[in-house]
Amino acid sequence: MANQDSQSTPPKDKSAFGIFMHELARGSLIVPILAIITGLLLGGLIVAVTTDQVYTAWSRSPLEAIGVGINAALRSYSALFNGAIGNPERIADALASGEAAALRRAFNPFFESLIKSVPYIFAGLAVALGFRAGLFNIGAEGQLFMGAVASVYVGFAVKGLPAIIHLPLALGAGALGGAIWGFIPGWLKAKTGGHEVINTIMMNYIAFRLSEYLLRGPLQRPDTTNPISPFIETTAQLPRFFESPIRFHLGFFIALAAAYGVYWLLFKTRLGFELRTVGANPNAARYAGMNILVITVLAMSLSGALAGMAGANEVLGVNYTLAPAFSSGYGFDSIALALIGRSHPVGVVLAALLFGTLRNGALQMQIAANVPVDIISVMQALILAFIAAPAIIRTIYRLRAPQQQEDGLHVRGWGG
Amino acid sequence: MSTLSPTMKSSAEYTGGGRRRVMGVVFLALAAAIWLLFARTTQGEMVTTFTLNPGGSQANFPNLEFITLPVLQAIAFVCALLGGYQLVRGFGTRTNAILGLVAALFIFAFLSWVASGTSLNLAGLLRATLIRAVPITLGALSGILCERAGVVNIAIEGMMLTGAMVAAIFGSLYGLWVGLLAGVLAGALLAVVHAIFSIKYKTDQIVSGTVINIFSIGMSSFISAKYLAANRQLNNPGIFPDIQIPGLAEIPFIGPILFSHNVFFFSMLLFLALLHFGLFFTRWGLRLRSVGEHPKAADTLGINVFKTRYMAVILGGMMAGFGGAYFTLGSVGRFDDVMTAGRGFIGLAAMIFGNWNPFGAFGAGLLFGFADMLAARLAILGVRVASEFLLMAPYIATMIVLAGVVGRGQAPAADGQPYEKEGH
Repeated sequence: MANQDSQSTPPKDKSAFGIFMHELARGSLIVPILAIITGLLLGGLIVAVTTDQVYTAWSRSPLEAIGVGINAALRSYSALFNGAIGNPERIADALASGEAAALRRAFNPFFESLIKSVPYIFAGLAVALGFRAGLFNIGAEGQLFMGAVASVYVGFAVKGLPAIIHLPLALGAGALGGAIWGFIPGWLKAKTGGHEVINTIMMNYIAFRLSEYLLRGPLQRPDTTNPISPFIETTAQLPRFFESPIRFHLGFFIALAAAYGVYWLLFKTRLGFELRTVGANPNAARYAGMNILVITVLAMSLSGALAGMAGANEVLGVNYTLAPAFSSGYGFDSIALALIGRSHPVGVVLAALLFGTLRNGALQMQIAANVPVDIISVMQALILAFIAAPAIIRTIYRLRAPQQQEDGLHVRGWGG
Repeated sequence: MSTLSPTMKSSAEYTGGGRRRVMGVVFLALAAAIWLLFARTTQGEMVTTFTLNPGGSQANFPNLEFITLPVLQAIAFVCALLGGYQLVRGFGTRTNAILGLVAALFIFAFLSWVASGTSLNLAGLLRATLIRAVPITLGALSGILCERAGVVNIAIEGMMLTGAMVAAIFGSLYGLWVGLLAGVLAGALLAVVHAIFSIKYKTDQIVSGTVINIFSIGMSSFISAKYLAANRQLNNPGIFPDIQIPGLAEIPFIGPILFSHNVFFFSMLLFLALLHFGLFFTRWGLRLRSVGEHPKAADTLGINVFKTRYMAVILGGMMAGFGGAYFTLGSVGRFDDVMTAGRGFIGLAAMIFGNWNPFGAFGAGLLFGFADMLAARLAILGVRVASEFLLMAPYIATMIVLAGVVGRGQAPAADGQPYEKEGH
């Protein structure tokens, strides 16, 4: 892929994947892949050094300790694989028996991974869209919360509508809730220059407090003192494709459609071109007569809407209700996903699938191998670190420096 | 930077007509709020009682008692007068001081309203406010150190969290002071990572900060789940005892509030004074600030930009680690998952609110600490205000400040920009 031509000429293949490969080649495909591999290896190393048996083996011989460590890491990763994709033996047994319930149970981990990826896809797209417009949306978490609040409200308060109207309405409310939470920092940025990083962080905490208040007040389930919302109407639920226990729902395909939508918007429309121009060179955009104010506000609102959809999908497709702190740090994770995916929809989807799978498998790893799920966050941070500073990966693997300056992303100071 | 924000206000506008009117409206709105929210809902004969002895103090100081309604009306009237004068003539350069006065009056009115018909321990509230301001201020000082040298640090939260955990573990094993030192060093270690990423590799500083935040949350929860949950003896450091300043601590009312605290409070005051003096009155501070304002000029004059930035970021990390140790060794006595709960980000907000000045940040820290403390206590007092809205106040206030409504802050000019030495 990384031939000389692809670095200077526009991509010949104009499909979504073609542009993605072109951009990857420009920034060198090898770095993200090596970053992920290195991150996984280091994660294994952490698992190994935190295994007690390694130290008892160390007292006998260092070689044995290394063996025990590798063993522990492999056992953990195989538990992770079984939890994320499915246990191969069980799948084989289920296929042999042909029993529907057994098949569903055997394949459930795989579908569960896809479900876990859905909020990551949306939130990653949200951050990526912001990056393309030169905006650092660190507030996906808050936008996600507001989206969840809005869609759960429409989900339980509106009654008697057919699903064909109710479901889009609830999803739309989620998008709107997130969009408002993105609009405010976008407008502040465009109008006053107040930096979106600070404002979105502040909006995050405002969203947490607001949703806590709502869940203990107007949105509280009537028959309980716990801060939890009522269940949404069945007409607002995203349809599931299989019977229990598989929770795989329509949201996955909506997420893929959203990824295509973002790709189309960014690379096939005039607005997308303007958005990318503002992101790449705001001065050029201004001299070309583009309305930076409108584009900034629009980009942040769209970004917020995507993040809101992440929350809406969790509420309408998985939980059917809203409890406080239902998000497990999607906000920060989505920044990692957008950067790992090079702010391209295809890359974001791939990164989201990877981390959805890892997160899902980690639960099984915690039970089977006594490795806390938080190891995934550590690995995510490591991978992001390697991607953010490719020079580290180049040094480790003795790669040559790229001939072309890599696409960097830089904030432009606070407050003004 | 200036090319990016056509709406950036010049300094003339800072004290100009628009700001004058906005502030006047703000004062009037606060007066109206006192009148409508507090005075109108208070019955005529209700009495406010403020206790002026914090709990456990032996000194006997009489309670402050007054009939609530006339006091509220008087405060509303004064605020309205100030607002009217500001709208018509303007207080000019003293506007900020008057804003502080109006805010203080509003808070006093609010407390009087809360305590009407019952009693409120004013001394206890003030003491709790000071204590709650400690981690926020330390976080803000960490931010000031980094950003004055031109390195944005949104990893204060992560550094604090790691500092808290490391301090708890080492404190349990080797005693409080070793724990404190370990917490500070843990913060420094993360700061070294942040510095290498943002100075050497010229990674975007927000990305680098995000990496450290994700890593810290993940790593501390990982270690907590893997080791601390099973071994209680690893997570039981105890807390630093309060130090009574001889003589001063016996002063009634003021003594227990100001002069009976643990080592974190007094250290914070010391760091505050040192940093203020260091930044604005020494060659060290001048160099540090010049690197944050105009690194190229500083380089031309022979200042080592990279070295200065490394030093500033590492000192900032130590400050954040110290602030993190407060949570485990100064307040709770053990480590809980994600126990900093966004205090690092509030510290960041306090830094902006305080205009990148140590004492400004301390003022903001007091304000935010007050909101934090009230939110924790209102539920106990059974007040009719949702505590969530009080907890939102610091964030909303920061956004308003950032938007330039209450006066524009002056961020260091080269904040967030990696320095590229020419000829390399």
